Amino acid sequence: MTTTAVPATTRKDWSSDQEVRWCPGCGDYSILAAVQMLLPDLGVRRENTVFLSGIGCAARFPYYMSTYGLHSIHGRAPAIATGLATTRPDLDVWVVTGDGDALSIGGNHLIHALRRNVRMTILMFNNQIYGLTKGQYSPTSEIAKVTKSTPFGSLDTPFNPISLALGAEASFVARTHDMDRQHMQETFRRAHEHDGAAFVEVYQNCNVFNDGAFEKITGRDVRAEMLVPLVHGEPIRFGAEREKGVVQRSDGRLEIVDVAEAGEDAILVHDEHREDPGLAFALSRLAHGPYEPTAIGVFRAVERPEYGAEMARQIAATQERRGLGDLKGLLRSGATWTVA
Amino acid sequence: MTTTREPTEQHPHARHQLDRVVIRFAGDSGDGMQLTGDRFTASSALFGNDLSTFPDFPAEIRAPAGTLAGVSAFQVQIADYDILTPGDTPHVLVAMNPAALKANLGVLEKGATLVVNVDAFDERSLAKAGYASNPLSDGSLSGFTVYEVPMTSLTQQVCKEAGVKPRDAERSKNFFALGLLSWLYTRPVEPTIEWIATRFADKPLIAEANRRAYLAGLHFGETAELFEATYEVRPAHFPPGEYTQVTGNQALAWGLIAASRLSGLPLFLGSYPITPASDILHELSRRKEFGVRTFQAEDEIAGIGSAIGAAFGGALGVTTTSGPGVDLKSEALGLAVNLELPLVLVDIQRGGPSTGLPTKAEQADLLHAMYGRHGEAPLPIVAAKTPSHCFEAAIEAVRIAVKYRTPVILLSDGYLANGAEPWRLPDVDALQPIDPGFASAPNHVDEDGTPVFWPYARDPETLARPWAPPGVPGLEHRIGGLEKADGSGNVSYDPHNHERMVRLRAAKVAGIARDVAPVEVDDETGDAELLVLGWGSTYGSIVAGVRRARARGQRVASAHLVHMHPFPPNLKEVLDRYRVVLVPEMNLGQLSRLVRAEFLVDARSLTKVQGVPFRAGEIESAILSALGGDA
Repeated sequence: MTTTAVPATTRKDWSSDQEVRWCPGCGDYSILAAVQMLLPDLGVRRENTVFLSGIGCAARFPYYMSTYGLHSIHGRAPAIATGLATTRPDLDVWVVTGDGDALSIGGNHLIHALRRNVRMTILMFNNQIYGLTKGQYSPTSEIAKVTKSTPFGSLDTPFNPISLALGAEASFVARTHDMDRQHMQETFRRAHEHDGAAFVEVYQNCNVFNDGAFEKITGRDVRAEMLVPLVHGEPIRFGAEREKGVVQRSDGRLEIVDVAEAGEDAILVHDEHREDPGLAFALSRLAHGPYEPTAIGVFRAVERPEYGAEMARQIAATQERRGLGDLKGLLRSGATWTVA
Repeated sequence: MTTTREPTEQHPHARHQLDRVVIRFAGDSGDGMQLTGDRFTASSALFGNDLSTFPDFPAEIRAPAGTLAGVSAFQVQIADYDILTPGDTPHVLVAMNPAALKANLGVLEKGATLVVNVDAFDERSLAKAGYASNPLSDGSLSGFTVYEVPMTSLTQQVCKEAGVKPRDAERSKNFFALGLLSWLYTRPVEPTIEWIATRFADKPLIAEANRRAYLAGLHFGETAELFEATYEVRPAHFPPGEYTQVTGNQALAWGLIAASRLSGLPLFLGSYPITPASDILHELSRRKEFGVRTFQAEDEIAGIGSAIGAAFGGALGVTTTSGPGVDLKSEALGLAVNLELPLVLVDIQRGGPSTGLPTKAEQADLLHAMYGRHGEAPLPIVAAKTPSHCFEAAIEAVRIAVKYRTPVILLSDGYLANGAEPWRLPDVDALQPIDPGFASAPNHVDEDGTPVFWPYARDPETLARPWAPPGVPGLEHRIGGLEKADGSGNVSYDPHNHERMVRLRAAKVAGIARDVAPVEVDDETGDAELLVLGWGSTYGSIVAGVRRARARGQRVASAHLVHMHPFPPNLKEVLDRYRVVLVPEMNLGQLSRLVRAEFLVDARSLTKVQGVPFRAGEIESAILSALGGDA
């Protein structure tokens, strides 16, 4: 809208005057801080930034931002964002959601926003539990989870959100976690740069209803051994001495090996631009749950036509060909006759 | 009926003049009866008749061929005076097979004319239709004038010469029927010939087959010595102007485009395909030169969700659907009520509950539109009354939505959606502009004197809140489904604030009554005892029924509501003027319930839920019995 230089801002400029009401110790605080501290670096304007959400703890996020914001209804944020992003290409549209909001009640909207590649940055806080409704199991909870609604243990197989997004034809898929601000910011920055729908899963600790869900992989002392950073163009290695790596067997299976034994050349080099999502899918399933070495970072970032831009292109091409719409002509587009 | 031409050697057929005729084309779902009826209608419109149509087809695309369930019909009334309905009882039935005959025989005028495709009356087809014996020969049609025409074989014969295989030629038999009826009712020929050439331009062989079949039908009438006369229905006397023929869905789509122009707001339609609303999506998706964005969503919820997102961004957000879709959109509609954003939800009503009767009309969503949301969630409701009125109704719905920052439900139904009528084109330059009135500056000063923007500071007159799409520095704000503090819009759980907000939202919607046209009463003599109060697509039947009752010497008034919520400000005064208030509806009495509750009027309900419109005769009888019973 405005053409003058983007004013310099600080975290404070992106914080609203509303008191943050998450439980003390909630992982959401560090994600909020990461976003508020990143935005001054992105060269964007507050008035052109919109945070949209559905329902759940994560969905309160827009109230704490000093941008435009819309806290909507359960699961529908990607649908609402689609209408906003396609009519207002000048805006930065962020969707903040949770595992229940995005994968349960809103699963349909998420997968379709991803396949259409509508320009929006989706941050999905995954804490593997329902927080706002006080502790029922979620679609990412592990099997046999005992909660208020599953006193004998849950029966359903959980979703793997990264696998789901890849299966939904997402053009940008990443994972990060609430214990590492720098990794979050780098991942969010990449997601924001992406021209299309960007999906970021954020492992987030709910210290009230599912405390420590990710501590086996994100704890400071275990992180080096349990998180497998994906860096484009580099061999996929991890461990305190980067002594472990991922190799692909001849049957397509991925396996974690000692680099010394397998040889450096055998280690898989990460390519986030691969057209075929198969390898990214395999990487998303390196761990069976947050207790085994788990890949984080950008799984996939490919270029694909953005939905809103394509919609605008069709309109522009039609107007080029037919001229701007003429209402009088429209009403006369069928047969007409005159009565004297 | 007068005779305008006696038979001569050159013209062996007499020509009789009729003031009106009702024709029903009926055949198998795959026989092209809708196309035939459409074309007959279009040439009648160009000829200058008044007309009204009633497409009546099954939900199945191709139900089992030859069965009663698969019969598709198109009824059209053409007249030399202004008519309001497609006619109660057809004078002519064109039956392409035994099932079409059997399914429609019961609705015909006494002594009606039957034009049957005799080729289709073989043993197998008769059995499929459930005929034990052939009605053409067993005497059961003795009360009718029956013309047996071998439509299939004659069509195949003329197409063979053009190199069309008999099987393909068989599909052109509807054009034979069209040609024959066009001859019988002296319809202009050239427009249809031209239309066939254009419509099938990319399929020359099919175009040729259809043209030949059409001409063969015309020639058959002329030469077969089967018919003793032809008929003509002279042009009607219309007010001067330029006319076109529209269906309700087409007029509604055009009304939305017009409203987009009038408001300067880009039109965004979020929609999921559903009968009988899909044609609005189709029509708007063709009109990209108007900058219209159409989004075929993954479901009904995303349809309205995307429209809300577009409205938040400052576009004209619209979603179109039918009853089952309204069910799914209810939660999002409540959000729009709470967000107080302009939005139009178009409900093309059909028979319910559940999947119900997808292709048949009903008016049973009125109470759903009024009350179908949790919490106190009032919103304005506008209802279209004729196919062409859908244009005006769409503009009115947008005007209210934008001015009052509220979702509006626009009610139409399957009968209006697919029905067609001549429409005198409005002067688009005379349409009133709609001012979006976007917020452009802070509207409040906080405690320390800083100008701030309050998203829920209201206009004192309309009670509408400011509409501030993103992009303006200083107006950043957050809104949502949680209850908000009056003014600042911040989340508030304060009990008194909640009550204030509930009452404010209700007062805002109620106040729209001051801004809508009073309901007009048609009371010729000014001393009528009975008022027929209607809404929606029953308009034509009601006015026709009232005319008939008046012709019998009854003093009857009628009024038709367009604003269903809030009601026009003079409605109570109007209702109080009449001893008897009769409310015909295609439901079990929804408007009658509303007026009884609101005005303590002892309204009498006349209801019909057969998926077909009221006949004028049914309205007439109800008027007579209401007056007679009281006398």
